Amino acid sequence: MAQTSTAEKTQYQGQMHLLQKEIMGRYFERLTRAAEQGDGKSVYMLISGNPVELVHAFDMIPVYPEINALQLAVKKVALPFIQKAEEIGYSMDNCAYVKADMGLFLGDRKTPFATIPLPSLILCNYVGCNVYLQWFEHLAENCEGEIYNLDVPFLRDPSGVPSEKDVEYVVRQLEEVIEVCERLTGKKLDWAKFRRIVALSGETGELWSKIKALTKNIPSPYDAYFDSVTMMAPLYCLRGTEDGLRFFETALAEMEEKVRMGTGPLPEERFRFVIEGPPPWPYLKTFRDMFSKWGAVAVASTYSTVGGLWEFGFKHDPNRPLESIAQHMLQWNVTNRNFLQRYEQIKRYVNEWSANALVIHSVKSCRLFSAGQGDMREYFTKDLDIPTLLIESDIEDPRYFSEAQLKNRIDAFFESLEHKKLVRGGKA
Amino acid sequence: MIYTAGIDVGSTQTKGIIINQDQEIVARALIMTGANVTRAGENCFVEALKLAGIRREQVVCVVGTGYGRYKVTFGDAQITEISCHAKGAYYLFPKTKTVIDMGGQDAKGIRVGEGGEVKDFVMNDKCAAGTGRFLGSAAEALMLDLDDIGPISLKARNPVRLTTVCTVFVESDIMSYLAQNKKVEDILGGVHSAIAARTISLVRRVGIEPEVTFTGGVSRNSGMVRALEERLEMKLNVSPDSHFVGALGASLFALERATATSTQGKSQAAGAGTSPTV
Repeated sequence: MAQTSTAEKTQYQGQMHLLQKEIMGRYFERLTRAAEQGDGKSVYMLISGNPVELVHAFDMIPVYPEINALQLAVKKVALPFIQKAEEIGYSMDNCAYVKADMGLFLGDRKTPFATIPLPSLILCNYVGCNVYLQWFEHLAENCEGEIYNLDVPFLRDPSGVPSEKDVEYVVRQLEEVIEVCERLTGKKLDWAKFRRIVALSGETGELWSKIKALTKNIPSPYDAYFDSVTMMAPLYCLRGTEDGLRFFETALAEMEEKVRMGTGPLPEERFRFVIEGPPPWPYLKTFRDMFSKWGAVAVASTYSTVGGLWEFGFKHDPNRPLESIAQHMLQWNVTNRNFLQRYEQIKRYVNEWSANALVIHSVKSCRLFSAGQGDMREYFTKDLDIPTLLIESDIEDPRYFSEAQLKNRIDAFFESLEHKKLVRGGKA
Repeated sequence: MIYTAGIDVGSTQTKGIIINQDQEIVARALIMTGANVTRAGENCFVEALKLAGIRREQVVCVVGTGYGRYKVTFGDAQITEISCHAKGAYYLFPKTKTVIDMGGQDAKGIRVGEGGEVKDFVMNDKCAAGTGRFLGSAAEALMLDLDDIGPISLKARNPVRLTTVCTVFVESDIMSYLAQNKKVEDILGGVHSAIAARTISLVRRVGIEPEVTFTGGVSRNSGMVRALEERLEMKLNVSPDSHFVGALGASLFALERATATSTQGKSQAAGAGTSPTV
């Protein structure tokens, strides 16, 4: 018989989740203090290939409009902000992160998690997304903050390695960013401090890589999509800080213990899948339960590499701080890579993390990241014979989430995997 | 004699099939789903029992399928209509390799493997373009009965080229063709051709390998059968029971489950992975 899992809902909340709430709570309090009491200068940045080390080196506050937008979605308050942006002319098809954030920014910037400070610097590191360039320009038009567009060339060479000229080009711009920060803060960059921060960042990245390698275990100690998102906020906001490092040390210890105990996020791990694409933030829990019900655990995800790809050997180097930040931006994050490199990344996950299937979650309001996912599905299904499911909703806009339709596709997909398992008489 | 049932609670209609232990269909019931999905499933089952002339206790296993499958509260398991259509189509036409299913709000393509299992599937995205609902809108715009538009479309000599397959915008497109004095049959020819083209491009994503079996409510529309056959340049398998294929597949899964349970004990059952009852 097709064994049925009793795990319909996931209640898994580890030490790591609790600590994350605590340290991210402190981070959001810092944002509120900056907004309401003028305590500190803020730098708006984008997640992909973020150079957060530089921001910390000037004791400035990293603020990610993407995180603000997704938090609004998680708290289920995004829609009025999206509608506000549409009222001023944003199209229905426009990126919903942009709309939610613009709607918030043009109001009083108060959210259930923080009051978002105005930026001193709008640092547009628009790796992988040209829509984001317009987003940050629109923010800049509506505040006093200075804008700097960091132009990061796409990885063009089939080798997947940036040329020396590309690295040099980005380093030169980072030097200009340093000058801007020096002017805005009125203090010179302390290189010794900056190197310490880059070293902390390197250690943090290494811990994160070790945590990610643990999902090669059967059962996987945590879900590399739904639980990884818990670890992503500290990785971007607190990388290069002692708090950030402690968080990843705690998370690694907890996950290693789970491996020793042979426990995972579900009572029984029945399917291992790789997932591509960001999650539907407005319905994260509902979406997770659709997989949990089948005993399906994500063992790797491309989304957890949008802000940086550490698991294949990259490490920030304090002896070459600017060069290694440039390399992180150019080469070591999924969004600056071309589609074939994305295929390779997923292939490695499927093979090295022993996955049975690939799930692609396509984002309705993000054509840039989603374009080509139909071909991706064909490639994995037809050329590699890896069962692949393509589903669609949205990262931010709750109007694009159709529960019945998603459930139907996910159920049908796992029904067919279940059948394969039956036919083969073992694990699918 | 034991019996099993499949109840397919679709977005528009609810279909019920009862089969006996020899896999013979003993009853078919069809009702409109309406607003109360739970009642639709129950009523359809009661209707099927009446038509079969058997008592509820004689039905040893019921499988719910379709969008309302979780509302078949008296069912023993729920299985998606994707698995059920593959199963049912394979039962009716054992050489089936591809299923094209067109329902009220869904169009899907299923690649079918040995024994009727699902090898791969694709569905329309969250838009009813190119589904049964599109035909319904076209019929309403022309003030025709849904059952008549297929046969009328077969008379088309110069089918119009529809610029949209949007279920909302099709009405204004039809109005504009009527304003141009286009013949109703030519407009309907265009409507069917547009949906056929869209459905085929969808199903090609899983690959179209003969034999192809056409299922779902829209398969009863002769105009759509011809439009698909012309574009695919092949004959389609269409059964008089084609709109019952989901319910039929569900009843077959129920029978496998019942047989396995009776021969191997309560912890055993067969078929596709049955999703946990919620």
